[in-house]
Amino acid sequence: MSSEEVQTTQLSNGLTCDLPASSPLAKLLKSQRTWVGPDAKQRLAILRQAKSIAIVGASPNPARSSYFVGTYLLQSSDYRVYFVNPNADEILGHKAYPDLASLPEVPDIVDVFRKASDIPAVIDDVLAIGAPTVWVQLGIWNQDAAVYGESKGLTVVMDRCLKVEHARFHGGLHLLGFDTGVISSRRAGR
Amino acid sequence: MADRDYGFRTRAIHAGNIPDEATGSRALPIYQTSAYVFDDTADAAARFALQKYGNIYSRLANPTVASFEERVASLEGGLGAVATGSGLSAQFITFASLAGAGDHIVSSANLYGGSITQLDVTLRRFGVDTTFVRSSDPADYAAAITDKTKLIFAETIANPSGEIADIEGLAEVAHAHNLPLIIDSTVATPYLNRPIEWGADVVTHSATKFLGGAGTTLGGVVVESGRFDWATDRFPLFDETVPSYGGLNWSGNFGEYAFLTRLRAEQLRDIGPALSPHSAWLLATGVETLPFRMQAHVDNARLVAEWLEADSRIEKVYWAGLPGHPHFERAQKYLPKGAGSVFSFEVRATGTQSSRAVGQKFIESVELASHLANIGDAKTLVIHPASTTHAQLTEQQLTDAGVLPGVVRISVGIEDPEDIIDDLDQALTEATKG
Repeated sequence: MSSEEVQTTQLSNGLTCDLPASSPLAKLLKSQRTWVGPDAKQRLAILRQAKSIAIVGASPNPARSSYFVGTYLLQSSDYRVYFVNPNADEILGHKAYPDLASLPEVPDIVDVFRKASDIPAVIDDVLAIGAPTVWVQLGIWNQDAAVYGESKGLTVVMDRCLKVEHARFHGGLHLLGFDTGVISSRRAGR
Repeated sequence: MADRDYGFRTRAIHAGNIPDEATGSRALPIYQTSAYVFDDTADAAARFALQKYGNIYSRLANPTVASFEERVASLEGGLGAVATGSGLSAQFITFASLAGAGDHIVSSANLYGGSITQLDVTLRRFGVDTTFVRSSDPADYAAAITDKTKLIFAETIANPSGEIADIEGLAEVAHAHNLPLIIDSTVATPYLNRPIEWGADVVTHSATKFLGGAGTTLGGVVVESGRFDWATDRFPLFDETVPSYGGLNWSGNFGEYAFLTRLRAEQLRDIGPALSPHSAWLLATGVETLPFRMQAHVDNARLVAEWLEADSRIEKVYWAGLPGHPHFERAQKYLPKGAGSVFSFEVRATGTQSSRAVGQKFIESVELASHLANIGDAKTLVIHPASTTHAQLTEQQLTDAGVLPGVVRISVGIEDPEDIIDDLDQALTEATKG
């Protein structure tokens, strides 16, 4: 994400507009969020149950967050990973698909790197293929879309990084001194 | 992962130490290695670019050190931690990550002497200006803030004055100016006070002291809350392209993890004060018994402080757990379990000897307490600044420097309290003879 990233923001009069994420108004409104997604233990369960992840808005640019997540998932997890980007043929040596409907299977998680105003359309695409979970990445917030997705039976995670959350429970975050919250007398596993 | 919020004592023992994946070792293994093999070139490239988590070189990260880091982060209620080779280097990488030439720091004047010289001599030579605030009133800190200020710094329990920081008040002042509050909590430890719960953003420790607990091992640690918004005009470095890591953006790529990731990936890389794996193992093992040791330390401190206060050979006792201390109320609020076990007391002059001479003879007469320059050991430690660190000063210069000639600093250990008091009693008798 860059500093000019915009996010769809709901104003107090009920209307929505796109604001730069770094603007004072966006920050004020961030402090007034009311939607609360799955907690840490629920997010762990989502990641443990999933076998396949599609990254919508995946980028072949190594500086983009989606590239970090793609690299991490391919090298540090056992998920089947699919990249979705209509403008790319290949990302990280893997085929890039034009849309979710073109994937060879229905992914367990759809991980989304798209601007906030695109999230409702992505949710419709997720519903159309029947995937159970949409995971909207760190720094992207669209509360109306989250409520809409949940009303249609989707599990919604928003403004969280899938790489960081996975690493928290699988040793990566531990290696860098972060508190994983994991207390266990059983051996660590990948 | 059990669905449970584990208690402090459980986390002191278990946090950061999941049984080793490769061997099943139940105790924390010591990974005494400087570097780590890569699976292939793609793996190496991804680790170097911070695109995946993995060890590269022990100056940056080490599995034994990581266990100590996670354990302290868990006990402080922080997002994570970065460990260093000493408490002073923990402070240094924190200051160096936030302030550069032309910037400004607002700090308490009541700090450990090494912290004062780090700010007043070395960082000043690098162009970082520090204003030392003599009062403990948050309003006086607010008055010192300029548009160049990058942080506010204070100690939970000041060493050696025993002053208690008004962490909540300082956090309000800091946050009103988009500044982080950085608290050194070496003397308190997370058992007595967790500054993040009172609004602090970063907590530093000299782990050499109570965290390790046995006086064997140097180490430091920086803990961050993950709550402070670094992506503001005060800290443009968090929102700029980083060429040395493939063009990433700390805040954009790492969100709430930005401060600690940058502290490790830039400051440990460039400054280099890594904690050794063997030291991390000793410190992590020490932390397992922290709750029990700290309770014993403050229980003994109370008995010793009360005994000293009642003794006619003593002029004054500076322990905030005594009702006469100016920060007694503050200690009740921030340190309900006890106001730490490091404090000062002032011996009285006799008819024939100055208080400076009595202090000197007292120090030379102790037989159980150890005369040395450290705190936070299981052993009781004493030092007389006027005859050691400040020995070259005249009585007038001592008073001007705020070091009263008869002041003795004590770090009360966890021996039998009757034995500590018996030793202090016989040393006072010896010192006031004749």
